[in-house]
Amino acid sequence: MRNFLSEIKTTIKNLLSRKGRSFLTILGIIIGVAGVIIIISLGAGAQSLVLGQITKLGTNMIGILPGKSNENGPPAAVFGVQIKTLSDRDVEAIKDKSKVPYAIAVASFVSSNITITSGRESVDTTFTATDGDYTKVQNVEMEKGDFFTEEQSDAGSNVIVLGYDVATGLFPNGNELGQVVKIQIPNNNPTSLTSDVGSIPFRVIGIQKKMGTVGFQNQDDQVFIPFSIGQRQLLGIDYIQFIRIKVDDAVNVKITIDDITRVLREQHHITNPIDDDFSVRDLADAIKVLTNITGTLSIFLSLMAGISLIVGGIGIMNIMLVTVSERTREIGLRKAIGATRKNIRNQFLLESIVLTFSGGIIGIIVGILISYLIALGARFAGYDWAFVISPMAVILAVAVSILTGVVFGLYPAIKAAKLDPIVALRYE
Amino acid sequence: MLIELKNIIKNYDNGGVITRVLQNINLEVDKGEFIAIMGPSGSGKSTLMHTIGFLDRPTSGDYFFDGENTKDFTDDELAKIRNEQVGFVFQSFNLLPRTTVFDNVMLPLLYSENKEGHDRRVKDALESVDLGERMSFMSNQISGGQKQRVAIARALVCDPKVIFADEPTGNLDSKSGGTVMHILDELNKEGRTIILVTHDINVARHAKRIVAIRDGEIVKDEKVAESERMHSKRSED
Repeated sequence: MRNFLSEIKTTIKNLLSRKGRSFLTILGIIIGVAGVIIIISLGAGAQSLVLGQITKLGTNMIGILPGKSNENGPPAAVFGVQIKTLSDRDVEAIKDKSKVPYAIAVASFVSSNITITSGRESVDTTFTATDGDYTKVQNVEMEKGDFFTEEQSDAGSNVIVLGYDVATGLFPNGNELGQVVKIQIPNNNPTSLTSDVGSIPFRVIGIQKKMGTVGFQNQDDQVFIPFSIGQRQLLGIDYIQFIRIKVDDAVNVKITIDDITRVLREQHHITNPIDDDFSVRDLADAIKVLTNITGTLSIFLSLMAGISLIVGGIGIMNIMLVTVSERTREIGLRKAIGATRKNIRNQFLLESIVLTFSGGIIGIIVGILISYLIALGARFAGYDWAFVISPMAVILAVAVSILTGVVFGLYPAIKAAKLDPIVALRYE
Repeated sequence: MLIELKNIIKNYDNGGVITRVLQNINLEVDKGEFIAIMGPSGSGKSTLMHTIGFLDRPTSGDYFFDGENTKDFTDDELAKIRNEQVGFVFQSFNLLPRTTVFDNVMLPLLYSENKEGHDRRVKDALESVDLGERMSFMSNQISGGQKQRVAIARALVCDPKVIFADEPTGNLDSKSGGTVMHILDELNKEGRTIILVTHDINVARHAKRIVAIRDGEIVKDEKVAESERMHSKRSED
């Protein structure tokens, strides 16, 4: 044991006396290991970010999208395809307590990009038209004023709630409440050609609190208006783009999905499930889809990192071969004073393992540092990013770096061990 | 009888061309002898020493060391003999660079099965060559003569039966060379067997017996008369 420790000490001393070269030798390993650590950390961070946002919405939420979609893939609406199969009558049917007993709130949505003006100020933003149930399916926090009520929504009042950034854009001097803003009717409104009204006025009744970015979308860059105005007057359509339903308790989510599916099939006169023209999903489905995507990404990125470890290992082997031939005389001497083949082999194997192990340790430190900086950057950009370093990833990185040392150090070490002492001593 | 060579032949095969380096060598060495092997370059004297020193195997013939035929020894057994029974001193010292004097002398003990008192033995060996004060110096911070004395200490540290010295003064000035030869003389007086390879008759005359070799054969093997022996005076370098 004492010999082994002093051998490690000698090896480290030896490597330190050639600092520059030792460092360049393990650079590949450092990059590979740091890559693995960063990828795993980023994957975990991104996953926790997205999952956190989803679960923040609540696990008792159900979403209905028009069009059929594969259970594990994203819905068609994600790709910008407009499907017109969801109607106001569907919403009324879902609200029927005798058919869907556990649904406690049903909110309909349409949204689009619009230009909104106040005096000479103008902002391009996104509007979401929804009904009075919105405050039940979504946690709403107001900076000033109130969100519109169910009555205001049902009456089709011309009221508007501004996101924080929109409010500061339109009213740099504050004093927004009670002001009138105008939303231009989008060009793609089928009725706008015949209509002589170019824009619709809205009275500002509330400003939302600053929320930052959630789900890769700036929550402060949007406005809310009552559903029927947005749907009929602004977009000129009669279908619904999205319905969100709140269930009284998470345990009733699956039953409610079945209830809704039955109601919608009845509404749409569908007998064969293959012909479904809608999809009903809960957050468990969404989590499954996201986990699938991030999981696949992680595997691919880890493969890339693995390749860089192999390349790093080949670099180690290369330098070890050079080292063996440079130290041929030393090998001859060691054999002359009693070193066996095994002694020589272990000496060089130990050297390459110490090299890759140090590379692994440095790589882990570099990887953790970079992951931390990325997490800091993401938080600075407004994401609720968790800095995650999995102990498994660290253990794996150490194990893989030692393994790289053994695998790629073995050939040079065996070559050294096989040297004939006489030939080695005469070597110049 | 410590060493007995019987009909030793050594051929080198250079891509089909066979070079006969040693031809039918017979040699006996008793414990406590001081032998100089002499000969011009290419005569086979170094190969003979390497063969006796277990660095090289003969092509044929028998080599009895301390009564044992070493013909069928495995590589590991030969390594053990090199470690415990013999010590080498080379012309170019062969110290490890960037390593202290102490660690250089320690080197054979790292391969030794005897784990006792390593530090003590290294100190004793260095004191016996008057380098007790230089233990923590780096091997490249000392003079050539001191390097060779470190090499002798390294050869001594495992307490071997024989010391092989291959042109030990070849890279040294005459003063340092004199010191090195004095140490070898002293070691022989203490009863250590010494086999020296040289082409310098003045170095060879330190020995008690000179074996001359030419074209792979022993051509002369005679005792040196006590009156003709060189007796070194110790000088400090």
